[in-house]
Amino acid sequence: MKPNDVILQSVTKVTVIIIFTFSVYLFLNGHHHPGGGFIGGLSTAAAIVLLFLAFDIEKVRENFQIDFKKLAALGVLIAIGTGFTGMLAGDPFLTQYFNDKNLPIFGKTELATALIFDTGVALAVIGTAVSIILSISEGDSLWKR
Amino acid sequence: METIMACLVGLLFTIGTYLVLSRQMLRIIFGLSIISHAVNLLILTSGGLKTGSAPLLDEKMAGFTDPLPQALILTAIVINFAVTALLLVLSYRSYQIFKTDDMERLRGNPDE
Amino acid sequence: MNNLLILPIAFPLFIGMLLIIFRKNIWLHRLLSPVACIFPGMVALILMNQIKDSGIQTLQLGGWQAPYGISLVADMFAAILLFVTSIVSLCCLLYAFHSIGKEREKYYFYPLILFLITGVNGAFLTGDLFNLYVFFEVFLVSSYVLITLGGTRNQLRESLKYIMINVISSAFFLVGVAYLYAVTGTLNFAHLSIRVAEAGQDGLITTISFLFLIVFSLKAGLFLFYWLPGSYSVPPGAIAAIFAALLTKVGIYAIFRMFTLIFYHQPQVTHMGIGILAALTMILGAMGAIGYRDLKKILTYNVIISVGFILIGLVAFTEQSLLGSIYYLIHDMIIKALVFLIGATIIGLTGTSKLKDMSGLIRTHPALGWMFFIAVLSMVGIPPLSGFLGKLYITKGAFAASYFWLGGFGLLASIFILYSLIKVFMDVFWGETVMSEDEEKGTTKGVMLPIVLLTGISLALGLGAEGIHEYVLIAAKGLLDPNQYIFAVLDKGGI
Repeated sequence: MKPNDVILQSVTKVTVIIIFTFSVYLFLNGHHHPGGGFIGGLSTAAAIVLLFLAFDIEKVRENFQIDFKKLAALGVLIAIGTGFTGMLAGDPFLTQYFNDKNLPIFGKTELATALIFDTGVALAVIGTAVSIILSISEGDSLWKR
Repeated sequence: METIMACLVGLLFTIGTYLVLSRQMLRIIFGLSIISHAVNLLILTSGGLKTGSAPLLDEKMAGFTDPLPQALILTAIVINFAVTALLLVLSYRSYQIFKTDDMERLRGNPDE
Repeated sequence: MNNLLILPIAFPLFIGMLLIIFRKNIWLHRLLSPVACIFPGMVALILMNQIKDSGIQTLQLGGWQAPYGISLVADMFAAILLFVTSIVSLCCLLYAFHSIGKEREKYYFYPLILFLITGVNGAFLTGDLFNLYVFFEVFLVSSYVLITLGGTRNQLRESLKYIMINVISSAFFLVGVAYLYAVTGTLNFAHLSIRVAEAGQDGLITTISFLFLIVFSLKAGLFLFYWLPGSYSVPPGAIAAIFAALLTKVGIYAIFRMFTLIFYHQPQVTHMGIGILAALTMILGAMGAIGYRDLKKILTYNVIISVGFILIGLVAFTEQSLLGSIYYLIHDMIIKALVFLIGATIIGLTGTSKLKDMSGLIRTHPALGWMFFIAVLSMVGIPPLSGFLGKLYITKGAFAASYFWLGGFGLLASIFILYSLIKVFMDVFWGETVMSEDEEKGTTKGVMLPIVLLTGISLALGLGAEGIHEYVLIAAKGLLDPNQYIFAVLDKGGI
């Protein structure tokens, strides 16, 4: 019998947007305040897992065709890559640079390579966390068969 | 405060050890998890428990807490999370194959 | 600062991640993974020469000064081990090409091996206690997955025990880190060394050092080796060989690092403790090696004996004995990979690991037999093979430091190694040939290359020991003099 989860589904539709927005906030906030790539990625992963819970895994994956293992690998690649950029300039590995720039809409903004590094971290966290959940739940569906 | 924390860490270690020594696989995994949490608390206590603000430049406070234990704990938690997930999947797998979660029955090599 | 230091860590990790993205291209995996193995070795060679010319090399990640930042340190000991790791992992990979099977290759076998190498290289290079923990976890988690990869019944059962033991020991590692941080307020090796020397190694710090000894003993298989024979005998040959050659050795490296750099003030307590454990390890290992009639078990117990033997050099703690330990460590990494690969080939041929079921392989596979014989003689320490010099120096060093009983146990253990392995040689290769070539379950086609390569390297190491003597001497001197390490890391002007 298919369980009736209308309430969960309609709440999820709203909350997922909020969680995603909040995780972007956490991610960008991390440069000078508590937050950052790790926690931002983790809350994004939480939102995706909530989607998996409320709707079916297959259904979500149809609309969300990302291989999360590859996403994690890509994240680590980005993170290591930013480490190598410091080496090209002759500084130690992982040296980060920042500069103040005037952007069209945002005005005077601090641009930092640490942001790219953090993007890598976030992608790695999302990829790992979601693929852990997926591999556990896929084992479960094997069991039912 | 440190004394209370020490007692708590001891208590968690006791519980963890008790669970690890039992025969059910799931209990052992819980035990390992609890021991890891006890260790995290221990690391937190090792940096000294004091009231201060977060170690950020913006906060104009006199005292800062030591950020290093927190960074260590974060790393330790992540590693522990990954290992526990792996252990859970493995134990589930072995339950499917061996049809038992009793460690006593998983002893030794049958073809020896 | 020297940016070369990050390459042995970052490069295999980078390639491994790349291979995960291109998961379907097995040929790409086979092409890139050996490159990722060789490259750290070449870096290690450059590093060895730089260290010889201008002392210990360091890198402060992100330009943050030690002791606040993360530092990587390459002294000669670490650089030599890096180089040997590269050779051994390359040979095991070459062996895996023909033996590991499509199924495992598809399930991230090559990336996992590369992550394992990342962790091992990182553990050799790190200059900071917590990063040592992290790199230990990196290679342990890869080894957890490698040991279960394939998911046969035996693998599952042994891997559960392996993981649980290692999770407990990692927890103890963190407890040690927490205590040490509470007592000294730092985690940088060089800084720790200064702080411990300033405060004097009192009872509390000695107790903490024993906590670390327990942790690394569990990883190295020093006395606390009960998990080792089971878990090293379940995975396929190439994986077992890389485990036997690398994993226990990282534990040994960590013991050497901790007890030569930080906890060297109370040798009558700590080093004596290690000595007793080493002696017990050799006795128990020898019992296991003699008692079993199973090829895999005999080989794993030989791993355990050599762990005890290498640590005699640390206990005696003279230049000569440390020299011997380093020589023997290099030899042991190569030779353990070699015998495990030969063992796996034999098991592949006969389809069993029981000695009584095989005999007379020398007629059909003479090359394999004689290479095994060379390996056996080398492990026992017959001159001029590679084990000889290490054994000579360790024994001489132990006698010179009046550890007569320890040196005696070492020599006795050699006899037991000889007995157990000659028994294998006679049972497997001599006797009546019961199996014709058509009856064989496997083939030696393709897998002989890494075995020949390793035998050649082992012979070269034995005959050309003079050539690397300069490097090994620098490594031994560096271990004896912690000030070299401290000055290199905490040098305020040089960074």
